[in-house]
Amino acid sequence: MSHVEADEAREGIGAGIEDRKAKVSPRRQMLKEFWYYFSENKGAVVGLYVFIAIILIAIFAPVLAPYDATAQNRGALLVPPVWADNGSWAYILGTDAVGRDMLSRLIYGARYSLTIGLVVVTLAVTVGISVGLIAGYVRGWVDIVIMRLMDIILAFPSLLLALVLVAVLGPGLLNAMIAIALVLQPHFVRLTRASVMAEKQREYVTAARVVGASPLRLMVVTILPNCLGPLIVQATLSFSSAILDAAALGFLGLGAQPPTPEWGTMLADAQEFVLRAWWVVTFPGLAILITVLAINLVGDGLRDALDPKMKRS
Amino acid sequence: MPLLTIRNLTVTFDTASGPFKAVDSFDLNVDKGEILGIVGESGSGKSVAMLALMGLLPPTATVTADELAFEDHDLRTMSGRERRRLIGAEMSMIFQEPMSSLNPCFTVGFQIKETLRIHLGLDRKARQKRAIELLESVGLPEPERRLSAFPHQLSGGMSQRVMIAMATACHPKLLIADEPTTALDVTIQAQILDLLVDLQRDRGMAMVLITHDMGVVAETAHRVVVQYAGQQVERQPVETLFDEPHHPYTAALLSAIPERATGDRLPTIPGVVPGQGDRPDGCLFNPRCSRADDRCRTIEPPHQSDALGQALCHYPLNTEEAA
Amino acid sequence: MSAIVSAEGVSQVYEVKRGLFAKAAGLKAVKEASFTVEEGETLAIVGESGCGKSTLARILTMIEEPTEGHLTIDGIDISAGRSSDVKRLRSTVQIVFQNPYGALNPRQKVGAIIEEPLKINSKLSRAERREKAKDMLAQVGLRPEHYDRYPHMFSGGQRQRIAIARALILDPKILVLDEPVSALDVSIQASVLNLLADLQDRLKLTYIFISHDLSVVKHVADRVLVMYLGRPVEIAPKAALYSEPKHPYTKALLSATPATNPDDRGERIRLTGELPSPFDPPPGCSFNPRCPHANERCRTERPVLTEHGPTRVACFAVDEGRI
Repeated sequence: MSHVEADEAREGIGAGIEDRKAKVSPRRQMLKEFWYYFSENKGAVVGLYVFIAIILIAIFAPVLAPYDATAQNRGALLVPPVWADNGSWAYILGTDAVGRDMLSRLIYGARYSLTIGLVVVTLAVTVGISVGLIAGYVRGWVDIVIMRLMDIILAFPSLLLALVLVAVLGPGLLNAMIAIALVLQPHFVRLTRASVMAEKQREYVTAARVVGASPLRLMVVTILPNCLGPLIVQATLSFSSAILDAAALGFLGLGAQPPTPEWGTMLADAQEFVLRAWWVVTFPGLAILITVLAINLVGDGLRDALDPKMKRS
Repeated sequence: MPLLTIRNLTVTFDTASGPFKAVDSFDLNVDKGEILGIVGESGSGKSVAMLALMGLLPPTATVTADELAFEDHDLRTMSGRERRRLIGAEMSMIFQEPMSSLNPCFTVGFQIKETLRIHLGLDRKARQKRAIELLESVGLPEPERRLSAFPHQLSGGMSQRVMIAMATACHPKLLIADEPTTALDVTIQAQILDLLVDLQRDRGMAMVLITHDMGVVAETAHRVVVQYAGQQVERQPVETLFDEPHHPYTAALLSAIPERATGDRLPTIPGVVPGQGDRPDGCLFNPRCSRADDRCRTIEPPHQSDALGQALCHYPLNTEEAA
Repeated sequence: MSAIVSAEGVSQVYEVKRGLFAKAAGLKAVKEASFTVEEGETLAIVGESGCGKSTLARILTMIEEPTEGHLTIDGIDISAGRSSDVKRLRSTVQIVFQNPYGALNPRQKVGAIIEEPLKINSKLSRAERREKAKDMLAQVGLRPEHYDRYPHMFSGGQRQRIAIARALILDPKILVLDEPVSALDVSIQASVLNLLADLQDRLKLTYIFISHDLSVVKHVADRVLVMYLGRPVEIAPKAALYSEPKHPYTKALLSATPATNPDDRGERIRLTGELPSPFDPPPGCSFNPRCPHANERCRTERPVLTEHGPTRVACFAVDEGRI
């Protein structure tokens, strides 16, 4: 037993020292607290359930969908949904102009939308965080060049810029995703840069510097994990705008190409039937609306749950 | 009749992991013209009690009291509007962080005059004159020029003077000072304490001084309340408190001050203030008390007599002297 | 005993841009500081905010390079700016910061925090690092099971112990303590000060203890250096400084520190005015606008540190025998 330990034992310090503890494991405790703040926001909880449902639908699409998404039935063109006159139980949400089942196409469409969201956000987050980290840490002219570049990207209406990029790269789902990621990443750059600049002033960063940590270690190991809170929120919100932008590009004929059952592309295909067959436009539109709304609600809930926590720690 | 009477004030916060009692049966009498010190470590609930009095707590807090009276106003039954009129005019408060207590968007003059307009209804000219008088009374040099200054152009000490000027603008009968000098340097702290004591004496104002610094209490207060984990563990006049503390916590707190230490090693209080999840049975201080026995660990102690500083303890210290 | 740190005319100037088009102004945070620290002693550096004591701490720990002057630590002149020297000195000088809440990375476990210096500066294996870290935890009075916890689960005093453990893991000779107990409650402060004293005895450490609190300094220091507006104004052994302060500023500082004895409420030396702006320091002695003894010479010439008995003081009034 060391000298101090002996002293501490005599004074009973070791005994009193904390146990401001933890009946459950700390991670569980943190999760519990997170859920408490998240569930305060009822809309967020509903959004989360809807979002989970959409994910499940996307995963089990082949099981759930009654037909193949691209199978055409020449005998059933523009069949209305089941509750309308002339509706049939064979096509619950009706069929489109070439006799494809709307319900099946919407179910498969969920796969595309989620993939788009995931790929775009991953791309935007990776690039955005790396660039933002460098700008916020290095400062000086590197920072100035990067930030002015981001300002230029932000100065364009985002859809217009994506449009131009797709026009250059050529239409297609992949190119559309790259274009959208490029348009979204300045938000991550700015957010990362701001939090890095704030965190860099904190004493624990200085402490790591005194110990001789390299700049790379400081950036990635020390600073970055403490900047993640707002980035998670931003990532969720970007997820929904990615879906929205992809739908818009699809609608303009520059995103996913027919016969892909992507919701935006479906809308574009249905344009000419708006007056004759309301269901071919309404359902894809509703699908986009519900998905985006659900994700945005979750994002709001995350913000509520993560922000006060950030301030406390 | 005392100026302020608080009887059995309890404040409970709703938190993620259940209710947390921040203030527990808080009693207080403040007489006209006295300085009452409330001392305690962080988390002892000393500020929360006063914020509850002012009605400044967030909605997650539940406040209950048997009596909460300022002169003959019952603060519990008062409407929000009446309460707001009373607060700021009859009793007012200054805070620890003078820099953030002032709105950075407006000039000092605008903020002082705002107070004067709301509570006194003076016209423009009278407000200007009164504002200059007020800044003079708190010892700010060049008051005319300071009126058009923005808060970021003032130092911490000057901002605190401005806050004091605003708080005393309507000649309140009670000033609550919540750690007014903690954020300031010692020489500035001395100036601000002198100013507060002078103002208090000249105007016959009562003052409640909340602090963690025993030195500040020793320098200024007349009577002292020692607060621990939401409870008042001792209430005494300042002279006898420092000579003959009756509660073991007070005694330990006093002997832990480096200036009063005799040996090489400072006496310490083992352990930490109990938090939400680990409040002990019996006396709240028992896990950290060297004199605790089974009675302390099971039975909640009563308040002792006035002669024993109303110590919340089964076995108060220094009993011979008091007898 | 020999000097382990010696500073000669160390200055630090910051270029501060004031507005978009204004010329950058030179902010002299530390000016011509010369002093030595003996091996195994505690040198306290005392002053109010803005006096340059924290900048000095950053220079001593090589977070910043001084713009002028020579600084020799453990026989190595670091102003030469060789990165190999700096790397070697990383394990010679370490620092503990004031704010125990900001100084620990909230996303790292305690074990990872303490091991980080080893990870960067040594080639120890995972198991060896772990063992060393657990040993260090015991040395600072924490338990081995704290290894796997996050900093937010600890109280302020315990966090400060973790910070001390991190600073000591590389076996430094010198520990710079930048207000290590200012953010802590009195009872916790006492146990941290005790721990620091024990560690110094056992590990033969040299402390540079930076503080604004003269009562804490009185307890820990061997010698005291008082700074005002970036310059040392008095350096003296502790006993001499407290019994016979020479510089008028030291006197004012001592008299402004609240005495923890209500019977000692006496007249204080009231310092008028505030700290002058460091952008625009007064000519002559920088203390002259607030000094009761200032004369024409003080307002034009700058005093240098001269010996008066055990004390070195920069004051014409002392030199001329006026006080």
